[in-house]
Amino acid sequence: MVELLAQTGLNALYAASYTALVAVGLVLIFGVMGVINFAHGELFMLGAYAIVAVYADWNLPYLVAVAVGMAFVGIVGLGMERAFFRPLRDNPLGGLVASIGFLMILQALASMGFGVRMEHVPPVTQDVIVISEKVRLPVFRLAVILAAVVLLASLWAFLTKTRFGWALRASAQDPEAAALQGISINQTARIAMFIGAALAGVAGALTAPLISVNPHMGHSVIVTAFIVIIVGGIGSLEGAVIVAVAYAFVHTFVTTFFDGVIADIVGLLLMLVVLIVKPTGLFGSTDRA
Amino acid sequence: MPKLAALLGFGAILLALPHALSFSQQEILVFLTINVLLVASYRLLTLTGEWSLGHVVIMGVGAYASALLSKRLGIYVPAAMLLGAVTAAMIALALSFPLFRMKGFYFLIGSFAAGEIIRLLWKRFRDPFGGPKGLKKIDPMPDFDIGIYAFDFFEPVSYYYFALAVVGVSLWVMWRIERSPVGLTFHAVHWQDRLAEASGVNVRAYRTLAFVLASGFAGLSGALLAHYIGTINPNSFDVEQMVFVLTWTIVGGTATFYGPILGCVVLTILNEIVLREAGFEQMRPLIYGLILILSVLFMPKGLESLVRGAFSWRNARKKKAGETGAAG
Repeated sequence: MVELLAQTGLNALYAASYTALVAVGLVLIFGVMGVINFAHGELFMLGAYAIVAVYADWNLPYLVAVAVGMAFVGIVGLGMERAFFRPLRDNPLGGLVASIGFLMILQALASMGFGVRMEHVPPVTQDVIVISEKVRLPVFRLAVILAAVVLLASLWAFLTKTRFGWALRASAQDPEAAALQGISINQTARIAMFIGAALAGVAGALTAPLISVNPHMGHSVIVTAFIVIIVGGIGSLEGAVIVAVAYAFVHTFVTTFFDGVIADIVGLLLMLVVLIVKPTGLFGSTDRA
Repeated sequence: MPKLAALLGFGAILLALPHALSFSQQEILVFLTINVLLVASYRLLTLTGEWSLGHVVIMGVGAYASALLSKRLGIYVPAAMLLGAVTAAMIALALSFPLFRMKGFYFLIGSFAAGEIIRLLWKRFRDPFGGPKGLKKIDPMPDFDIGIYAFDFFEPVSYYYFALAVVGVSLWVMWRIERSPVGLTFHAVHWQDRLAEASGVNVRAYRTLAFVLASGFAGLSGALLAHYIGTINPNSFDVEQMVFVLTWTIVGGTATFYGPILGCVVLTILNEIVLREAGFEQMRPLIYGLILILSVLFMPKGLESLVRGAFSWRNARKKKAGETGAAG
């Protein structure tokens, strides 16, 4: 039993790592631009397809493929900002609806480019760290967890130590005051959108070898990300990380001891309860939205 | 009187329409008729200012309920359809308690979550919902004869007439609701909710009423769909379908009763004629996504604004013509 718990805990930690990357990106975009990016799950999907193309089809090194995926999805994010989030800045509901439209476009492009069947990416490494007979940690999963920690730490450093990071946090707190201080709102929106999208892309790229890649994979990702950011408080980066870890544990344990669909239902019910009792989330402030 | 004549003429066109179409086009016409009811009910919901992402799932509740009632309990299909609509309204009433503690953006996400929970329940519980494969061999409408016309429901034309009657009555009821004091209060709740509340209007009760009524009509459209296609599954009511409804509504515009219907009809015709005939059917989600983005960006008031623009332009020209005539 202890071994089962330990193994499930390790699985949860892995799930937490990529969930946190996706959710933090979503929160960053919301914080700076005040809009929910419904296409965020599809950005994750794009990152995974970058691996299918660059690593599996063109046989380039895996890390190169991850970098390409991250940069490519970041650039797609810039395109989204310019094409519809910027013109719809005063209309957050319109921005959300436009991102729903964009989600359909990305899904359709993925099925036209790669077909609707599942893609399986060859494993990067088969090595497994054997902790005990029943507790095993594949090296690749460990690498994903470490990569997520490094990425989140560098994001934190960027936001707290650099002038760009300060500008970003300033326009998240109060866009008008930030603009009066000479911070370009367009500039901070671009940075937030690039980083947010790139984080979703890298999460997809990192997990691609462990899951089946298909055009509709973004759906469960966005549902999970919504649960995390609503429970965590919609503008709170710390909340997103903490809740991502907590939710991954709840979801993984319920999946292990009951089944996956029950785990999804539990997650959505948790989110509804938070929406009813404390719509600002566990870690959110009442400032925005 | 000219209004009545126009209405009769329009009705005659609707009755004659299927006979000018091919078999597959007749089938599409049935779906279009059902979708008209769905978007019109969606507009009823948006009257109080709330946009739901769970409306298609509520349509599914009506479909599942009606299918199960006729399949399991052997209830007469038209009665099962009505009960399906009632079930959808009741589920909406239950959902309104958590959902209407939220507004705007949170309501949107909350309704999405609630819809997903219902879809997951259909997937999880093989008995009675049939799991991911859904329900098959749903009882078709029993044939009947009304003297002047014998309904044979293997023919799309017959189902079209039946759906047309149901949808027509439903639209008339929704129209009357909107024109009644209740409907005017819906508008007040949307545009002046503080003032309405201060005037003694129970804002939340009216929001709930709009939600429940809209859900009932959505459930009815779901029941019409279920007994026509004979098989439904959780993916028949997924986000993609919701995007189609959103697109129809936004492209049409929500300021008038006919806006969303116009959007639905125009886009369906575009879809069937342009995409299917040209062999681009696979690109439907792509084109819908593009249309959705473009209309949010460039036509935020929808097609109806073009229609009204044309009318006001014509009136202005008439007025001008009258003025010059008087001067001459």
